[in-house]
Amino acid sequence: MTVDLLDRKLLFVTGKGGVGKTTVAASLALLAAQHGKRTLVGEIDAKGNLADFFEIGPTRFKEREVSPNLWAMSMDTEESLKEYLSLQLKIPLVARLGPLARTFDFVANAAPGVKEILTIGKFLWEVRQKRYDLVVVDAVATGHITGHLAAPQAIQELVQVGMVRDQTGWMLDILGDPAQTGAVIVAAPEEMPVNETLELVEKLRTETVVDLAAVVANRVLPELFTRSEEEIFDRLPVAALAEALGGPVQPLIDGAQLAVTLRRTRGVHLARLREKLPAGTPLLYVPYLFQRSHGARATHQVAEHLGEELGF
Amino acid sequence: MAAKKSQVATPRSIDQLLAAKEIVIHCGSGGVGKTTTAAAAAAMAAVHHGGKVLVLTVDPAKRLANALGLEAFGNKESRVPPEAFLAAGVEPRGELWVAMLDTKQSWDDLIHRHARDPATRDAILANPLYKNIAGRFVQSHDYIAMERLYEIHASGTYDLIVVDTPPTRSAIDFLEAPARMADFFSSRLLRWLTVPARSRMLSFASKPFYSVADRILGSKFLEDIAEFFLLFQTMYDGFVERANAVTRTLEDKRTTFVVVTTLESAPVREAEFFIDALEERGLHLGAVVLNKVLPSWFLDKGTTASAKALVSDADALAARLPASAGPPEQVARVLREVGESFLNFQVVAKREAETRAELSAAPEVIAAVPYFDSDITDLAGLLQLGEQLWH
Repeated sequence: MTVDLLDRKLLFVTGKGGVGKTTVAASLALLAAQHGKRTLVGEIDAKGNLADFFEIGPTRFKEREVSPNLWAMSMDTEESLKEYLSLQLKIPLVARLGPLARTFDFVANAAPGVKEILTIGKFLWEVRQKRYDLVVVDAVATGHITGHLAAPQAIQELVQVGMVRDQTGWMLDILGDPAQTGAVIVAAPEEMPVNETLELVEKLRTETVVDLAAVVANRVLPELFTRSEEEIFDRLPVAALAEALGGPVQPLIDGAQLAVTLRRTRGVHLARLREKLPAGTPLLYVPYLFQRSHGARATHQVAEHLGEELGF
Repeated sequence: MAAKKSQVATPRSIDQLLAAKEIVIHCGSGGVGKTTTAAAAAAMAAVHHGGKVLVLTVDPAKRLANALGLEAFGNKESRVPPEAFLAAGVEPRGELWVAMLDTKQSWDDLIHRHARDPATRDAILANPLYKNIAGRFVQSHDYIAMERLYEIHASGTYDLIVVDTPPTRSAIDFLEAPARMADFFSSRLLRWLTVPARSRMLSFASKPFYSVADRILGSKFLEDIAEFFLLFQTMYDGFVERANAVTRTLEDKRTTFVVVTTLESAPVREAEFFIDALEERGLHLGAVVLNKVLPSWFLDKGTTASAKALVSDADALAARLPASAGPPEQVARVLREVGESFLNFQVVAKREAETRAELSAAPEVIAAVPYFDSDITDLAGLLQLGEQLWH
């Protein structure tokens, strides 16, 4: 069953540290918003820098509109607990929840799955409320994502009764429905990011109910030359060129050589990624941006490339 | 080796830093090349300084194991075969050992060591919460890395231990892990959780919390947690003592930290944050390694003019080259590509140079490692990277 990426309701964007996970999450959300979908983008890491990708002030737990159709927020498990308690338990003592939440935070640290379920629960709740067409989560890195996505099952195993357990049912229904929920893994065409991507694909299948929606190969370097051009490049008469130019040529040659070699070594990892992904997995390419900064401009450019890849 | 360590002169290079210290901890955000940098530094130390050098790594690429001439390596330390060095054309003065951190295994070892009797030990190891908790609570991965380091250092087996730190959400987490572990075991809440449920219910002060907690999590789950921590608490003294000893090791004069970063904005911000955190805690910042740095000739003015000329006058230039260069219009396209590519990379190189200038809290040793255009597949490659690091 294939569902168009942006027609799902909830996307968890993950990837190894440093591959551009937040860039892709921000750009996917922007792209959806540009195409008329009411979109919420949330980062799980409260210390993250999602705000920088839209060049807006710091994001908080309470979402705010950052551009037409697009709302942004940051996860805060204490706030999430407060919201949950006031919604679920109808506890009016909001003033007294501060110390309670801190105590709870402690239990959550010790008890597996509790913090995780408060985190993803908030996003699942937003999907259930249907206030947005799409919720994009800048999730935790590949090493920790299964802990988050498998939290409802962990809670079901460990907690026999209680309200948290009662909540796991509808959460799993949304998480496990490929028409609604999907994971997007961001990879850079380098060895470790590709390894971790392939490992995560397997772990998603075996340890979670979440469908793999797409893999994004980020920072793909351009192919400089065709084969015949590369032959010309290899035997370029450097001395004659220097004379014609009246300036240094060798650094230019070295630079192009570096670009060609980088493209080639990375191409090997990209090919491995392409081969080993389960058949039918959408693989989207985002080119390396030769850019000064990673602000809103870059987010717009990546959104444009993703849009092209998705056939918009 | 021992004589070298007693010198007190301020190290001016990674070479001198490794010669002067016993523990060198590499940190930085994910994807910056910490593991490879740590391995390269350790290999260089084994070659040039001699003695027994251990690199303690977290999640090595299989290729790194292969590069070191090993099939794979596990929780136990194993020696890199001398033949691997000979194949790389060097004769090392010392020995290089490697070990990987296996969190689950290390936790089990810890329980074996601290449990007061076999019954407690088995009860903990069999507890359904244990498996989950060993993997998660209080950043146990970070703690276990530091704990393992302490243990190996205390054994006195190695002259130098080079450590690669686990990929944490924030590099600071593992610095705080031992203290947090000690706090955790000394906390009032834990003591409260571990008193029998009946007397807990009688305590008026805790009742509101308990009733809410009970409705949310269910009393059975709270009982499970309580039981688990009750077992765990029997190891309290051992754990806290150990955690404090680990903290002292990090603060020791023989320990230093190397911050690894690329010149991209997010890792640099993390590196600056970490440098501040080290200073705040009175820990020693030995060096900053700038990894995957583009060559400085991308910034050369004369070459920039050449690149621009290639882009704008490609056709005219191609016409002036000997016919053997190839069909002029194809040659022109190649020249244009060469020029454009140079200018593209120059944008990135400029950004890197600015970021580098902004790295305000510059330590005495900064090593810049150029962008290696191919993957490192053997010890020779690792040592080649090490050479860049060394000077």
